[in-house]
Amino acid sequence: MTNFQLANVTPAAPEIFLLGAICLVLVIDLFVADKNRIITYFLAQLSLLMTLVITLFTISNDTQLAFSNLFVRDGMADVLKIAIYLATFVVFLYAKDYLRDRDIFKGEFYTLGLFGVLGMMILISAHHLLTIYLGLELLSLSMYAMVALQRDSRSSSEAAMKYFVLGAIASGMLLYGMSIIYGVTGSLELANVASKIGNQVPGVLLSFGLVFMIVGIAFKLGAVPFHMWLPDVYQGAPTAVTLYISSAPKLAAFAMMIRLLVDGMMGLHEHWQGILVILAVLSMGLGNLLAIAQGNIKRMLAYSAISHVGFLLLGVLTGTDEGFATSMFYTLAYVLMSLGGFGMVIMLSRRGFEAENLDDYKGLNERSPWYAFMMLILMFSMAGVPPFLGFWAKLAVLEQVINNGMLWLAIVGVISSIIGAFYYLRIIKLMYFDKAEDTSPLSSSPDMQVMISFNSLAVLGLGLFPGGLMALCINAIAG
Amino acid sequence: MFADWPLLSLVIWLPIFGGMWVLLSGSNDRAQYARLIALLVSVVTFLVSIPLWTGFERGTAAMQFVEKGEQAWIPAFNIYYHLGIDGISMPLILLTTFATVLVVLAGWKSITRRVAQYMAAFLIMEGLMIGVFAALDAALFYVFWEAMLIPMFLIIGIWGGERRVYATIKFFLYTFAGSVFMLVALLYLYFQTGSFSILDYHAYKMDLSVQILIFLAFLVAFAVKVPMWPVHTWLPDAHVEAPTGGSVILAAIMLKLGTYGFLRFSLPITPDASRELDWLMIALSLIAIVYIGFVALVQTDMKKLIAYSSISHMGFVTLGFFIAYRIYDNTGSYDGAVMGLEGGMVQMISHGFISAAMFLSIGVLYDRMHSRAIKDYGGVANRMPIFVSFMVLFAMANAGLPGTSGFVGEFMVILSAFKANFWYAFFAALTLILGASYTLWMVKRVFFGEVANDNVAKLEDINKREFIIMLVLAVMVLLIGLWPAPLIDVMEATTQNLLQQMMTSKL
Repeated sequence: MTNFQLANVTPAAPEIFLLGAICLVLVIDLFVADKNRIITYFLAQLSLLMTLVITLFTISNDTQLAFSNLFVRDGMADVLKIAIYLATFVVFLYAKDYLRDRDIFKGEFYTLGLFGVLGMMILISAHHLLTIYLGLELLSLSMYAMVALQRDSRSSSEAAMKYFVLGAIASGMLLYGMSIIYGVTGSLELANVASKIGNQVPGVLLSFGLVFMIVGIAFKLGAVPFHMWLPDVYQGAPTAVTLYISSAPKLAAFAMMIRLLVDGMMGLHEHWQGILVILAVLSMGLGNLLAIAQGNIKRMLAYSAISHVGFLLLGVLTGTDEGFATSMFYTLAYVLMSLGGFGMVIMLSRRGFEAENLDDYKGLNERSPWYAFMMLILMFSMAGVPPFLGFWAKLAVLEQVINNGMLWLAIVGVISSIIGAFYYLRIIKLMYFDKAEDTSPLSSSPDMQVMISFNSLAVLGLGLFPGGLMALCINAIAG
Repeated sequence: MFADWPLLSLVIWLPIFGGMWVLLSGSNDRAQYARLIALLVSVVTFLVSIPLWTGFERGTAAMQFVEKGEQAWIPAFNIYYHLGIDGISMPLILLTTFATVLVVLAGWKSITRRVAQYMAAFLIMEGLMIGVFAALDAALFYVFWEAMLIPMFLIIGIWGGERRVYATIKFFLYTFAGSVFMLVALLYLYFQTGSFSILDYHAYKMDLSVQILIFLAFLVAFAVKVPMWPVHTWLPDAHVEAPTGGSVILAAIMLKLGTYGFLRFSLPITPDASRELDWLMIALSLIAIVYIGFVALVQTDMKKLIAYSSISHMGFVTLGFFIAYRIYDNTGSYDGAVMGLEGGMVQMISHGFISAAMFLSIGVLYDRMHSRAIKDYGGVANRMPIFVSFMVLFAMANAGLPGTSGFVGEFMVILSAFKANFWYAFFAALTLILGASYTLWMVKRVFFGEVANDNVAKLEDINKREFIIMLVLAVMVLLIGLWPAPLIDVMEATTQNLLQQMMTSKL
């Protein structure tokens, strides 16, 4: 009990390092003048990269538990964490100029962002209901504050308020579910919970706890009917923050779902499967339908995010390792596409002008054929048209659904993707077929230009050679 | 000498990379440069595709020029980069490489806006279409099949006519909607067989009810592409709004993808369902031939008229494929059924040339007059005698005049239809009247009579570039019409084999 060994801490070395680094960034930021704020930016990026290196060094093949089984490090955790560092790195990079142009280039964005990353890491590595809650709240609180970063903006404040209130309710639901599970099983540790539940038929109380937990998860993922916060927050938050919210936290939410439902309550699979089916069908259908009606691209992408959540649930609900792997693949693919999508919104915006309306994309092909092409890749990929990454993600989850005898669900999926194709096509129509109203050339820093090109080309490249990423996900889940 | 070359990969990727080269190298101020590179790439691709014909071994139904990666392309799904061609796909690949050269030439002067993007889109699409014909892995097939929509979507949307946005979104959504059901069917087959190999699917046995579902899923995808009545409505819109090159590719190649799908997927994978539902296919084909033929008669827009005539002619192709079961049941021998199938295939190739020629001819007129309405013309023959000579030849071919390629396929199908049922042949033969009516009536109104107005009076005859295009097409139309034997010879073994697969129950 008391012999504290160093070996016991190494699985959590990346988290511990990042925490130290954040504190350092926080302190240094205090002494940095506003005009030198770029230093904070570089320090934040450096922290992420160092954490990445440490994670790479601590990778091992077996599953390791630490801190009296509160914490777990396994293949899935490693892959997702690395994806989170990279996604956040890209977010920070895209956000830099945007924040500067709007006079909110503050250290808080980066420290909160890093705290969010820490929360995600803890969430991913949770092996205990309390650790899950801890990680989730660290992440959520950081995000609430980030949404309110532009504090003089009415829409941001409104979005932050909505996000906070609804998020708090969701956390409450989750916590309530956890307390019931604890009451039934007498344990908070996921492995114990799993063994207590076993394969028995659940009583009323256990079902009750399960439903509350799923409500909490659905809230965080933004699955219909718990999606109401998502469009408002995506639209109201500064685009740089929307970019952040829409990317890495999806990976953490996916991990939370795996930890709770698979690691903790796999014995109840046939019970949670039905709930997830309903969530998936509603999310795919409603998300795609409502996206058509949007005139604001951030809101449109928010509804598109909801529909993508529906698709990624398809893999999880099969309850097989392959299914989890395909969902993970889908989530990674979505994060990459979402980064690019919101990245383009940032790129087209400039001081005093937000490229939020669909009409702002008119004639982009005349203004900049290259970036119009990049956006085209992203849109077709989101629509699930080959040869882009999004197609393989859809193919993978649909294949899993069919493998598990739910052909009808696959058909619902493809029908909703037909509906979805329409609004992605509309963006391409605006960019390629319409005359530009705003003919000013795009202005953005070289690092942004390189990164967004790289981002979009990665969607194409991984679409041409998806085998590696797919194998990575399968290995990560299989352990 | 080419036996060891990865010829198929070459004809797929050469135009795709060539297209990217055009895209990156030519901006609007260097339009001529983009045109020249595009011409170079398309001609080289055509030359590279010729050994596919000369080196093709007749008399075997096995896949040739096969390329299959040692390692799976996507190991998780057992997807291979697997290419190969037989007597069905090889002529279509040559048709594609041939048509693309013409399209590049046809857009030489008439496209002045974003030339590089235009040329690049056609080259990339060429590679993707060849990929569809060459793919032997269903997932690879689907990737090419869907990816092809992207350049076509842009071609119609950017360089099209007034209602281009409506037309192109309709085109995309129709075809996309059809295709995703095919995807579900393919995923189901993968789930059953553990493989995406089309050849494995050919050997896989299924219950009738499963076969019927799979057949219907394929039918949705392919019927939209062919297009068959009643999902044909995107085609006239797309054709009318597309630039000339887009119309040519649509009619000459893209429609063939649907009928090719029947040959490669529906018939051999679900033979019992095909037998069970052949009444449906025959009915839809006859409706396309007769009803759409009447619709074509009343069109006032030349392009729309040819678009409807395309649908009607494609009805012959599907009719030729699906009467095979009844012929076999009636006669007990393969001969009549083989003729029907081969007639359908010859019709595919022949329609590729004829529709390309028709749309290019209308493009020639449109470049000069900027109108497609029949009423704006009249007496063109007085001003453009050379052009009209060609045009009349193509119109005759479209009407199925003996001696032209249009006759061979239709005649073979009608002849074999008699062995299935007199009435099939009767209705199919109506096209000889209908086709002649709508085509020749249009020719009369547009080309003959007095010079209708001042615009017509100012017309100038075709230039050298246009003359070469017309000449090449005329030679092909006459060649296939007078001497179809080499073409049929190439298809023979594959057709026999396909018929064997169709008639062998997989229950």
